[in-house]
Amino acid sequence: MRVTITHVQRATNALELNDIEKKFRKKRGEYSYALKGVSFNVRRGEVVGILGPNGSGKSTLVRVVSTLTLPDAGTVRVFDVDAVANPREVQRYINRVSVEASFFKKLSSLENLIFGAKLYGVSDRESKPRIKAILESIGFDHKRVGEPMEHLSRGMQQKIALARALLTSPMLMLLDEPTTGLDPRSKRDVQRLIRTIKKDHDSSILLCTHDMSEAEELCDRIGILLNGELIALDTPEGLKRQYGKSSLEDVFMEATGTSIDEADFAPEERMAEDEAEALAGKVA
Amino acid sequence: MDVVSTQLQKPGWLRELIAIWGYAQRNYYLSKRYFLWEVVWLVYSTMNALTIGFIGVGVGGDAEEAATLTTFLLIGTLLWSYLSMIFDLLSETVSWERWEGTIEYTFMAPSSRAAQLLGMGVYSVLYGILRMIIMLGAISLFFDMSLGNANYLAALGILAICSVSLVGFGMVAAVMPLLSPEKGQQVTSIFTAVLLLISGIYYSVDVLPGWMQPLANISPVYYALDGIRNALLHGASFSSQWHNVWPLIIMGAIFPPLGLWLFRLGEQYAKKTGLLKRTG
Repeated sequence: MRVTITHVQRATNALELNDIEKKFRKKRGEYSYALKGVSFNVRRGEVVGILGPNGSGKSTLVRVVSTLTLPDAGTVRVFDVDAVANPREVQRYINRVSVEASFFKKLSSLENLIFGAKLYGVSDRESKPRIKAILESIGFDHKRVGEPMEHLSRGMQQKIALARALLTSPMLMLLDEPTTGLDPRSKRDVQRLIRTIKKDHDSSILLCTHDMSEAEELCDRIGILLNGELIALDTPEGLKRQYGKSSLEDVFMEATGTSIDEADFAPEERMAEDEAEALAGKVA
Repeated sequence: MDVVSTQLQKPGWLRELIAIWGYAQRNYYLSKRYFLWEVVWLVYSTMNALTIGFIGVGVGGDAEEAATLTTFLLIGTLLWSYLSMIFDLLSETVSWERWEGTIEYTFMAPSSRAAQLLGMGVYSVLYGILRMIIMLGAISLFFDMSLGNANYLAALGILAICSVSLVGFGMVAAVMPLLSPEKGQQVTSIFTAVLLLISGIYYSVDVLPGWMQPLANISPVYYALDGIRNALLHGASFSSQWHNVWPLIIMGAIFPPLGLWLFRLGEQYAKKTGLLKRTG
């Protein structure tokens, strides 16, 4: 299928997921479900948050949309383009920021950004002025662009990760716990950047997080993912009404039977996703 | 929508060329940042070549025989240093990205795997040639090499053709870490060891056991070494080495597409099983 700008512009949804299933092999004949029948959409310009404890399937969900993991069943459409059948087309419209900044640690931020842009077909001539403008807008001291990434704080690295994503002007931004592990100030800075992306860059955003206040503040709608199943999806106010609670944390406790803090550290909750994927690696 | 629009309007081949250049440039940046390690590796390889050269001096009979044997060994050492570097760089494509933690970003970018592997191949060939020139300069200070009749042009032609098939061979090996994050890279070391054994790098393949000798026929390094040795030691012309050139051309035509095809299959497998992630 030939994808045109018009085709992309006409799409009403940035992302449509229908009945997504994904399971990983734990050992011979034994599987662990990471996603079970997940269906929802992200409208153009909308920010949808996915709340869930570790191991609930959030990262697998982001990997499926990123074309890094193939679903066992269901369809993924990004701006009406089938992501499984046409991954290269879809990859042009998306970018991602994950919990780990993931850079070549010895390379400078400038070198990493130039490389990242080239993979999207953006030449030096196009990327260099854009890098300068983006770094200025995110408050990154341009004098430090030549320093190796490993010399930068985690907060700084995460800002560069956002800059890398912005550099390719993604129409759908996938944010997988972008503020986890950051100090309060860096967290505020990154959240401010996400608000800027929403306001100024006309991007749709899928934000996976386990930070309730972050979700409530940044998202138009919030879904709750538990053991690979999307058990609720509504506006923050809608969720509170639906569960008869005054705070999102209470909604989460009511929906999942546990608090977000307990859920974060409960070992049995972690199994479905990361551990199962690691086991899949060992099996191979 | 601005950059996306620009990207969509750019022809695909131009986006791919930019990506190929991106991979080659990134490897250049990395070599620059790991400069001291590169120097250590270069010194080690040069010392290794000198050691092997001195074995030739020690074993050889009269001065002419010693020079011929030393040159035979040094050509093998230098070529192995160059060709194994191409192979290693290509085969480390995945494991290197996994180690740095960038694999997911690279594999979700819209550039093709061909661009990734070609970018790695272009850099490894250019960097390998530079290293070989430096090593040759250092070695020539120590030995009186028998290169009076050398046909350098023919040797360079054979080297160029062999580089293409080695890039393809490296692509085939690069799939291993995709299939098994934990053991894949070690398997590629077995590829290298087998090539070293069967290709006649430090000895003629005639000295191998009879059952082992036919294995040399599937190694591009064997044909390259034989052709380059004939060109440098005996001044053989390119056309006289056709028996070495045509197998290299065939391997050069088969291995890169085969490597890409296998890599795509490996990538699909990794995407199905959830192995395409930063940690193994």
